[in-house]
Amino acid sequence: MLLAMAIAPYRATRLQDEDVSTEVGEGLDEWAAGKILVKPPDQLELTEAELKEEFTRILTANNPHAPQNIVRYSFKERTYKPISYVDQMAIHFSLNGNMILKDSDEGRRQNARLSIEAGNTEDIQEEAEEAGTAEVAEAAEAEEPPPLRPKERKLANQFNFIERASKTLNNPLRDRACQSEPTPCKNFSATANQWEIYDAYVEELQKMEKSKEKEKPRAHIAKKEEKRRGRKSTSLESQSDDITKVSKAAKIMERMVNQNTFDDIAQDFKYFEDASDEYRDQQGTLLPLWKFQYDKTKRLAVTAISWNPKYKDLFAVGYGSYDFMKQSRGMLLLYTMKNPSFPEYIFSSESGIMCLDIHNAHPHLVAVGFYDGNVAIYNLKKPSSQPSYKSSAKSGKHTDPVWQVKWQKDDMDNNLNFFSVSSDGRIVSWTLVKNELVHTDVIKLSVEGTTMQGPEGLQLQTLGCGTSFDFHKKIDYLFLVGTEEGKIYKCSKCYSSQFLDVFEAHHMAVDAVSWNPYHTKVFISCSSDWTVKIWDHTIKTPMFIYDLNSAVGDVAWSPYSSTVFAAVTTDGKAHVFDLSVNKYEAICTQVVVAKKKNKITHVQFNPVYPVVIIGDDRGHVTCLKLSPNLRRMPKQPAVQLAAPDKVLHNGSEGI
Amino acid sequence: GAGKSRALMQIFSEEIMEGLITFGIPIRTTFDNSTTVQYAGLLQQLTMKARSTVRDIDPRNDLTFLRIRSKKHEIMVAPENEYLLIVIQKPCE
Repeated sequence: MLLAMAIAPYRATRLQDEDVSTEVGEGLDEWAAGKILVKPPDQLELTEAELKEEFTRILTANNPHAPQNIVRYSFKERTYKPISYVDQMAIHFSLNGNMILKDSDEGRRQNARLSIEAGNTEDIQEEAEEAGTAEVAEAAEAEEPPPLRPKERKLANQFNFIERASKTLNNPLRDRACQSEPTPCKNFSATANQWEIYDAYVEELQKMEKSKEKEKPRAHIAKKEEKRRGRKSTSLESQSDDITKVSKAAKIMERMVNQNTFDDIAQDFKYFEDASDEYRDQQGTLLPLWKFQYDKTKRLAVTAISWNPKYKDLFAVGYGSYDFMKQSRGMLLLYTMKNPSFPEYIFSSESGIMCLDIHNAHPHLVAVGFYDGNVAIYNLKKPSSQPSYKSSAKSGKHTDPVWQVKWQKDDMDNNLNFFSVSSDGRIVSWTLVKNELVHTDVIKLSVEGTTMQGPEGLQLQTLGCGTSFDFHKKIDYLFLVGTEEGKIYKCSKCYSSQFLDVFEAHHMAVDAVSWNPYHTKVFISCSSDWTVKIWDHTIKTPMFIYDLNSAVGDVAWSPYSSTVFAAVTTDGKAHVFDLSVNKYEAICTQVVVAKKKNKITHVQFNPVYPVVIIGDDRGHVTCLKLSPNLRRMPKQPAVQLAAPDKVLHNGSEGI
Repeated sequence: GAGKSRALMQIFSEEIMEGLITFGIPIRTTFDNSTTVQYAGLLQQLTMKARSTVRDIDPRNDLTFLRIRSKKHEIMVAPENEYLLIVIQKPCE
């Protein structure tokens, strides 16, 4: 009867309980008054004694459920030993709380979060925190979180980072282009030199002048003329050669080439002075320089040469023939020393030219006398090869060759005029009046004492044949005429029928007479009778006579000295005399032309340069330089005049 | 006019001479083609330079002639309007 045993104690407890319950029951007995104690049938029956036993009860904190017999193996004693202490804790209820320590990290973080979410409540929380805490440190900690909070907020949560992106729709690109036509470009470069500026100004000036001219009423006619001229010139140009367009340049070039070719001659001309003249005892030489020839004049003889008074290097040569039987055409050529190869101007004529003269004031006008008795004036400025004005049978030409022409001063109406002398015995003055040659007989060379009895009682006068004349340099009306009979007449323009004087000069035709350029009284004459004679026009007999062993073709005074003159003979020699040095002999006698049978026909001194030109009958013109001995000039011009006087006085005995 | 051209041809025909006329480009020449072109081009420039020099010093002045003397020959240039006349001459010594 375990149960009984067990129940025994239990009963105790039960009794306790019952006690309690009975107590309670007692309390409640009132309630359960009617309760009767009922003994169960299986209740233990206890003796009285046993019923009166007291059992003591103790309240302890021992866990009744705690095991009291836990044994553990002890390796020390190698036996099982019961544990002395057994845990008596009995957990009746456990609940995990979610409270965090506010000082910890998590607490601070949450605090911060809470403060950002609720701004005002933060302060309250702060205050609450401040109030809640007694330590200053805690208060200080509370102050720190607020400034940290905004920083902390910005930090991205690295574990919870969200990246957000959005893509916009890009519009497709489209190219649009527009191309315009490029503006026409032109490269231009220039330099602004002084002369370009000058040219521009000059052009401007010309334009202004032209516009002014156009305003004038004359312009109408002038324009028409210009147009006509313009047409003519253009038509000419279109026909002409390329070379003629560069005609000026070609001319210069030609001269340069010639200068190069004849360089040594040019140098001689300019600079060479014959040093050996010192040793030659006053003799001089003629140095040959250039030789001028033109193939068309090879058959012709030089009949006249004359230097141009303005252009000292230009000279005119007339070609014709002295031979009565062989008369052909004639030519007039103008050469310049700058170009020995080719003449500058060429004029041809039907009849041989016998003489020529260039006007002093108008150096482009050349008066020419022909073999057929005509005279003409050539104008160098005009390009034609025909004379500008020509006499004719109607206008009173000579009936015999014209031997000499000479320009005179313009007459009172400012017309040009010149004189001509011819074998027909007339000295004619030609005047250019309104583009026509008008002639006036000045003198008829009547031979004294030769009036013949013609039929029916007419008195015919034979006329002398004039072959040369020369006008006095100072006395305008005075002139000398040499004739074929050998006489020299001194005439005046004023007296048309009578001579002032007659000189029985030579035995044959007088080829040349010439006044001395310095000494007004002295003149020289030469003739085919081999002599050269020097006269004083007041004395009938010559002062000097020189016999040159050959017919003298021409004689000329030098322009630089009153005592020097040159004479050329048909044997090809040139003689130069200087009366102040040697009165009886030439100081230079020199063969000038190459071949024999080449007669020299004319000689002329250049007015400026120390050269002479000599023409021969083969159509050649030679230029020679005078050596220093031939060029002695008296020191003073007064002496020039005086010297011949001295010479004359001394020399007149010599004859 | 006619006389001048005759004279020029005379120059050209002599042995010592050769020449050409140019107008920017050669018009008339006695040289062979390549030499002509060379001479024309080079001398054109030189002439322009010479003319510029002369006129720069005095604008009223103008170039009339240009001569270049070398060991072998002498080159002569004469400008006129737009033309250039060039002559090469060998020295006759």
